[in-house]
Amino acid sequence: MPIDRAAVDHVARLARLDLSEQERRRMSDELGKILEHAERIQALALDGVEPTSHAVAIRNVMRPDEARPSLTQEEALSNAPVAEGGRFSVPRILEEEE
Amino acid sequence: MTELPYVAATELAALLDAGDISAVELTETLRARVEHLDDKLHLFLKRTDERALSDARAADARRSSGDRLSLFDGVPIGYKDIFVTRGVPTTCGSRILEGWVPPFDATVVERCSRAGLPILGKLNMDEFAMGSSTENSAFGPSKNPWNLKTVPGGSSGASAALVAAGGAPWAWGTETGGSVRQPASLCGVVGVKPTYGLVSRYGMIAFASSLDQAGPLSRTVKDSAALLTIAAGHDPLDSTSIPQAAPDYLEGIDRGIAGMRIGIVKEIESGDGMQPGVGERVQEAYQRLEKLGASIEEVSLPSFEYGISAYYLIAPAEASSNLARYDGVRYGLRSSDGSDVGAMMARTRAEGFGDEVKRRIMLGTYALSAGYYDAYYGKAQRVRTLITRDLERAYASVDLIACPTSPTTAFKLGERTNDPLAMYLSDVFTVPVNLAGNAAISVPCGVSADDGLPVGLQLIAKSLDEATMFRAAYAFEQDLGWIDSPEGRPPL
Amino acid sequence: MSMTATDLYETTVGLEIHVELATASKMFCGCPVTFGQEPNTRTCPVCLGLPGSLPVANERAVEHTMKIALALDCRIAEHSLFHRKNYFYPDMPKNYQISQYDLPLGYAGAVEITGGFGTTRVGITRVHLEEDTGKSIHVGGSGRIHDSHYSLEDFNRAGTPLVEIVTEPDIHSAEEARAFVNELRALLESLGVSDVRMEEGSLRVDANVSVRRAGETAHGVKVEVKNMNSVRSVGRALEYEQERQRKALESGERLIQETRHFDEKSGTTSSGRAKEVSSDYRYFAEPDLVPFEPTAEWIERIKSSLPELPAARRERFVAQYGLGSADVEVLTSTTSLADWFEAAAAAYKGEPKKVVNWIVADLFRLLNEAGIEVGAAKISPAQLARLVELVDSGAISGKQAKQVLGDMFATGNDPEAIAAERGMQQISDEGALDLVVAEVIEQNPGVADKVRGGNIGPLGFLVGQVMKKTKGQANPGLVNDLLRSKLVE
Repeated sequence: MPIDRAAVDHVARLARLDLSEQERRRMSDELGKILEHAERIQALALDGVEPTSHAVAIRNVMRPDEARPSLTQEEALSNAPVAEGGRFSVPRILEEEE
Repeated sequence: MTELPYVAATELAALLDAGDISAVELTETLRARVEHLDDKLHLFLKRTDERALSDARAADARRSSGDRLSLFDGVPIGYKDIFVTRGVPTTCGSRILEGWVPPFDATVVERCSRAGLPILGKLNMDEFAMGSSTENSAFGPSKNPWNLKTVPGGSSGASAALVAAGGAPWAWGTETGGSVRQPASLCGVVGVKPTYGLVSRYGMIAFASSLDQAGPLSRTVKDSAALLTIAAGHDPLDSTSIPQAAPDYLEGIDRGIAGMRIGIVKEIESGDGMQPGVGERVQEAYQRLEKLGASIEEVSLPSFEYGISAYYLIAPAEASSNLARYDGVRYGLRSSDGSDVGAMMARTRAEGFGDEVKRRIMLGTYALSAGYYDAYYGKAQRVRTLITRDLERAYASVDLIACPTSPTTAFKLGERTNDPLAMYLSDVFTVPVNLAGNAAISVPCGVSADDGLPVGLQLIAKSLDEATMFRAAYAFEQDLGWIDSPEGRPPL
Repeated sequence: MSMTATDLYETTVGLEIHVELATASKMFCGCPVTFGQEPNTRTCPVCLGLPGSLPVANERAVEHTMKIALALDCRIAEHSLFHRKNYFYPDMPKNYQISQYDLPLGYAGAVEITGGFGTTRVGITRVHLEEDTGKSIHVGGSGRIHDSHYSLEDFNRAGTPLVEIVTEPDIHSAEEARAFVNELRALLESLGVSDVRMEEGSLRVDANVSVRRAGETAHGVKVEVKNMNSVRSVGRALEYEQERQRKALESGERLIQETRHFDEKSGTTSSGRAKEVSSDYRYFAEPDLVPFEPTAEWIERIKSSLPELPAARRERFVAQYGLGSADVEVLTSTTSLADWFEAAAAAYKGEPKKVVNWIVADLFRLLNEAGIEVGAAKISPAQLARLVELVDSGAISGKQAKQVLGDMFATGNDPEAIAAERGMQQISDEGALDLVVAEVIEQNPGVADKVRGGNIGPLGFLVGQVMKKTKGQANPGLVNDLLRSKLVE
């Protein structure tokens, strides 16, 4: 069952993907198929089963609060598509910070 | 003597120590071999010939002054292009990272460099490791040396093909759902998925962080054991790294498997998408293990069949977040389109990512989004728990679990590219291991009678029980004798 | 606010406070935490979000968070997780923020605040740890986000450890909100976990404000107010906002749930740009970090390392020094001032209460005028103690001492040296003063007669005249005695 077009549009927006019309149509089909396969897990009895978010049983991993050398400004900006005055330059921002 | 490109690293080490060959000779030989292979197989995204040679010269100098860095000082290696390499462009198979030059080395790379392994270059892969054929590479697919019309598997396809065709004794790949074991199986080499947390993920470009794990590929079991020994062990830069030193996996590898209990999975039946030739070889392999003194018994893993469903929710969900950083702001591609920053990001991502990556980002974003989390991501994490429990239960009665690595041999280029689900199903036997975090190996068990292509046997061990896994795989490999025979080499 | 407005409407405020921790290194990498460096000189693969980099949690930041939680009387979670909060923004290197979601390190705490409103218990919903973003500057137009041509990103701040403290909606006035922020600031300062400078952004306060008619049970429409850069602006913003909402309700206008920004200059709040898409942060457990399960021993160790907190200190000041609540409030407004007072009191030979007046009235005024904290002042607590002792011994007058204090504050020199340099000494020689007193009586016969006649009132005038003639150096007590003996007895 394809997922509906509104959902595709919403998800594409959340994921910051400017998909073409054709891509959107295909996504709706393909995601539908994959999710249909995933639906198989809905049949399982999962009540009382704890979710696994980590594959290791390690706890409380921390590093000591010690400062280490940073990259130089030149190194930090060396891969920047556009930089100006030691900063990364981006087109204008329309939305306020969250 | 075997031609140099097919000599195992463990043996090369002895030749280097004896002064029979030099690291420069070895590196030159492999470079020439790679030159020949690369044209046909399209293996490298970036070759570092000059650096490899200067590394080799340094290794020779160290050996002659008696202070080699390790047994393997001067034995060259290739890295899947998912490993970040200082000063060497790293793309992860994606347009979006084209031209990116990292300012640091992955821990795996750093540890191998510290052991003196010259770097041959960066190997092709499915974009961001998403795929099972390398056809999703933004830079064109690699090919299987056994049959140029077939895929080498993926996502570490070029790493497996390189090793299979004698371009290097060993290479590093990475796994999220089988991306080392499956190409190893399809190319007729050894591939290892270590226990999650054994090898540092620092500098390994993330696909799905809770599943990703680096793994060696090599022609022999011993070489994989040796390479894992070099890189494994705690890394303070990776919070999920298991805080203990790794043992020497070569130690005791030849103790045999007499008395070992090996389980075969009741729920895996022939038919059901399994190629008959694969089933035959694997059945023979079980018998061989029994002949070698192991006891074979059936174990039940009822949740195994839900692995793919859970995996294709969990991995894309994590990927959708891991890949959010590719936005054209700090590095990599930036679209010239877009009047504001949001539009620029959305255009950059649309132009820079391939179809499969977009598909998984969409799928993962959907699975995490409000209203669907519980039904999809949350449930998948519970299935993950079930799979882990099933395996734990099985290990109460067996030491290892054996099954095919892949239900089929290498498939034809283009055969599954239009059917994502069919492609996903080629991971059916490998994915549950990633979900549970256990160790597993794929070891060649000959070629399939129906197409003459390699078949891999998978041995799944308990977490951190790589030693048992290597012991069994080594005993099997030695008894089969395939890899050292002319039949064990692709016709190339 | 008028009485009617307060009576008819009820304001509810919940605060969300972000505190930058003063650690040596960032939350998840070793880059130094600093302020005011050249842009992008404090970054590394981790805090730039380079491919392949991984976070490792800063131990001190985790412990600071636990300290804050314990000081706010919170419970420490048995099992705590970091989550990813996913949204795209150019100042956020990974386009997700590592934060905490349903399993924060601390939860269910409370703080008591006191003031003109009485005593209010403000519940603490949660205390969690997260990472800060980078900083954007907007270029072109007026230099504000809305009409700029492009923006520039500096990631020095990205990854700085940030603690978020969320209160229950237990605050009902601007005054209470101000008191809460003051209390929290004093508490954080006493813990030594943050610089708590609101102006520099190391303490940021957002408020959820709603107003409803008194007696109504349904909640009012919640408005989030941001950009309050001082305790004073918290008060101003909330006063403006509750008035705005009250007026809207009165005129039957519909309020909308939105984010409003406080403008320091105009003292008003204005609506931010509405978001195109509603937020969907797709939180999920951060797979790159493992869970935290603080052991009982660990929690105990942190608990026992907590310093005396402001509330306890206030109680002790009353009991130990016999101070009134107004003095205590001023002295404990910052930890450094309270420490300063205690050092002065310890150095002082007399009743500690006597140094209090000098601090609360005179020193405080000087600090305010100079716009500095007591820690930055040149005068030391021991010097102040000695100044008060000079007055006690009669060596200088109180009036002279005030001048000396001004000099000490400006130069950091000792009070004895300043008094000597200025030629100050109190005239306590009865013979010498007797002559001046006689002279003053002679020159003011009318006033003297009044006093003789039993009207003590004008005596002060005559004392003043003597002081004037002696350039303020006469011992006023002695002058008083001499005048009385000549005119009254």
